[in-house]
Amino acid sequence: MLVFLLRRLAQSVFVLIAMMIVVFFGVYMVGNPVDILISPDATPREIEETMARFGFDQPVHIQFLSFVGNALQGDLGRSFVHGESAVSLILSYMPATLELALLGLIFSVLIGVPLGVYAGYKADRWQGRAIMTGSIFGFSLPNFWVGMLFILIFAVELRWLPSTGRGDTVEVLGLRLSIFTADGLSHMILPALTLALYKASLVTRLARAGTQEALMQDYVKFARAKGLSETRILVVHVLKNIMIPIITVLGLELGSMIAFAVVTETVFAWPGMGKLLIDSILTLDRPVIVAYLMLTVIIFIVINLIVDVIYTLLDPRVRVKGEAA
Amino acid sequence: MSSPVFRGLAVAALAAAIPALPLAAQELRIGFASEPSSADPHFHNVGPNNQMRRNLFESLVGTDEAQQLLPLLATSWEPISDTAWQFNLRQDVTFSDGSPFDAHDVVYTVCRIPGVPDSPSLFTTYTGGIVDMEVPDPHTLIVHSAEPYPLMPTEFSTFGIISARANGVDGAAIEFSPDGCGDLNYPGTQAFNDGSAAIGTGPFLMESFRRGEGITLVRNPDYWGEPAAWERVTMLPLTSAGPRVAALIAGDVDLIENPPLQDLERLRSDDSLRVVQGISNRVIYIHLDHEQVPSPMITGTDGVNPLQDIRVREALSIAVNRDAIVERIMGGVAVSAGELLPPGMFGAHEEGDLPPQAFDAERAQALLAEAGYPNGFGITLGTPNDRYINDAQVSQAVAQMWSRIGVTTEIDASTASTFFSRRNAQEFSAYLAGWGAGTGEMSSPLRALLATRNPDTGMGGTNAGRYANPEMDAILMEALRTVDDAAREQLLRDASRMAMEDFAIIPLHYEVSPWAMVATVDYTPRADQYTLPYDVRPAQ
Repeated sequence: MLVFLLRRLAQSVFVLIAMMIVVFFGVYMVGNPVDILISPDATPREIEETMARFGFDQPVHIQFLSFVGNALQGDLGRSFVHGESAVSLILSYMPATLELALLGLIFSVLIGVPLGVYAGYKADRWQGRAIMTGSIFGFSLPNFWVGMLFILIFAVELRWLPSTGRGDTVEVLGLRLSIFTADGLSHMILPALTLALYKASLVTRLARAGTQEALMQDYVKFARAKGLSETRILVVHVLKNIMIPIITVLGLELGSMIAFAVVTETVFAWPGMGKLLIDSILTLDRPVIVAYLMLTVIIFIVINLIVDVIYTLLDPRVRVKGEAA
Repeated sequence: MSSPVFRGLAVAALAAAIPALPLAAQELRIGFASEPSSADPHFHNVGPNNQMRRNLFESLVGTDEAQQLLPLLATSWEPISDTAWQFNLRQDVTFSDGSPFDAHDVVYTVCRIPGVPDSPSLFTTYTGGIVDMEVPDPHTLIVHSAEPYPLMPTEFSTFGIISARANGVDGAAIEFSPDGCGDLNYPGTQAFNDGSAAIGTGPFLMESFRRGEGITLVRNPDYWGEPAAWERVTMLPLTSAGPRVAALIAGDVDLIENPPLQDLERLRSDDSLRVVQGISNRVIYIHLDHEQVPSPMITGTDGVNPLQDIRVREALSIAVNRDAIVERIMGGVAVSAGELLPPGMFGAHEEGDLPPQAFDAERAQALLAEAGYPNGFGITLGTPNDRYINDAQVSQAVAQMWSRIGVTTEIDASTASTFFSRRNAQEFSAYLAGWGAGTGEMSSPLRALLATRNPDTGMGGTNAGRYANPEMDAILMEALRTVDDAAREQLLRDASRMAMEDFAIIPLHYEVSPWAMVATVDYTPRADQYTLPYDVRPAQ
């Protein structure tokens, strides 16, 4: 177990370092942030002074070494655009993204599981096929388009829900959240639904496969023989057994939902980390881009690590293999 | 239903259901296309920040819709010698913390400007020429420059004034020096963002500044001028055009800036909405490489740079059908340009005095043949594709028009962050870009785009084509030293005409900026493209 964990950690550190190098030099090669940030009225001397203030007058390997030096002390630099620490900037955008991803996750379970179980139960009937066909749309429609469509239908035509922004927020445990106010929640529904659509289709398919398999098991036949209602069999017995793989997959998908909600956040002007990333890329705000992607890598590494650990705990076969290797 | 959360929800839902008309009528929600990077008025000299700062921190001199100067914190100003201006300041103005405004606050502000930490673009561009400031009495300010400085009042319209007293500094004790005013206490940029230092004389107070989410302003009850029409203003950053329009139509905002051209028709046809538009101070132009031999992106000329020949430059200019571009690509929402600043602004020619070059493909071909290129040559036109309205499409059209006279043109389009770095490195033989005259007068584009480049004087800062014309430089320099407005305007016109007749640059069109809003409010278009809540009025 310990060997397994240590090996995993070493791999993670390697990924992190590789990521840092690629992103730093990649962004460096795109262009010079001062060219975009400085006022067009600025004199050449002011441009030079600004370059010097940010250290761009140094050769790139010196810039990289000083970046690494600071990073080792936990300082990923200050945003060129906002003049604030890149990490604290990202963290200030984080609660908005986390709560959106969480609501998206809840929606995808609430939509996906019942549909999937029903589709599995009626697998050969038209209801089952209709659900499966519908889920193809969930997979294939681009997020951007779905978001705009939701805005057109629910905000512009029906005027049920607001089209944009975050709405009222309240402070909960030091984090400003929308999810606990009526206004904030109404602002979250459309973006969360957009974000949930793809995952819901995934869950539908998993739940259907699981249900089909479970229905053939002896315990279902026994329950039927006992005279339990079909509803009770599905909701209590089948559901319990199919949830394990769904939770595993959703755990992994949560990571991508947090890190790559960029498109949805842009369409709904949701002030999350994804929007910060896009804005930073457009202005070549290198410290923020690098810090964001490193943070993303860390999120994935941690989630993967946790999932691996849970696997070894749940499934003795994985543990045995790990020890044998 | 008894948990506190649910009770809260119920109360909130009930509150939302009660109509609160008078309050709602005084609330204004604006969807902005860009977001300021900070609430600090001196942190970043860039459009969105300067637009935001006008709500909170007023400058000595204001500008109206056409960028003509207006009294603001200064009631009048006049030159008292060749190198000194006197500003007479408004009496009885207080900052939002109650401290009175006087000339020492201006000195304190100018002292802070060069030292703002981590600033990506300082305001020293506008204060660098000041060598001394005198305060003979608290409401009189005399500003000295080393050289005649006719633009000083204009440049005093670019930065907002902060209070010395509110930051614990005794204004009267400040010793001004252009190299720094000694060890004074200045608020940090963060203090403006969290609101603690957001103390100005403006018509609004800042209630909150939340990145990505928006900024809320409330009316300044003690404002010295006409109080704002709005009790509360919410400024939302809606950076994608589609969602911005959707937010307006859905009723989530009352006014948006920069609705995309393709949506204007639909917005205009809606009776509950209003669309206004006005010519901006931004010209879209094509700059040509006057310097490099051979020029990097020209083929088929045996290493010669054909752009150094005035006949070739004229051919390229008259080969462009500006009216067709305005009509078909800009949807009529632009105006063909004959120089670098639209008629009506300071130093521009009157309507018709220097008209756009007329389209004449035949003459263009003849000129090319005369210059020794009967079969044309090949060129690549560099262009950004996300910076100006329909920039890449305009470049495509120009490329087709040039190709038609035999100058085979390819397009090299890239995102702004890449484009400007490449342009500054002189990678293009011809490039499309835009210039907004921040000061609203002809000296701005001439100085930046066409004056001979000189890093020491700051001339030709954006002259990536490296145009150099000592004769025009001389007239421009004289204009920049002439304090008399009428004489200066004539000099600027002469300089502009000289450059245009030399086909130094190819002006294409002036951008027209649209705003869309609900029919119950109204806004007068501004040449500087700013959206200022104070100037948004309830419709008659």
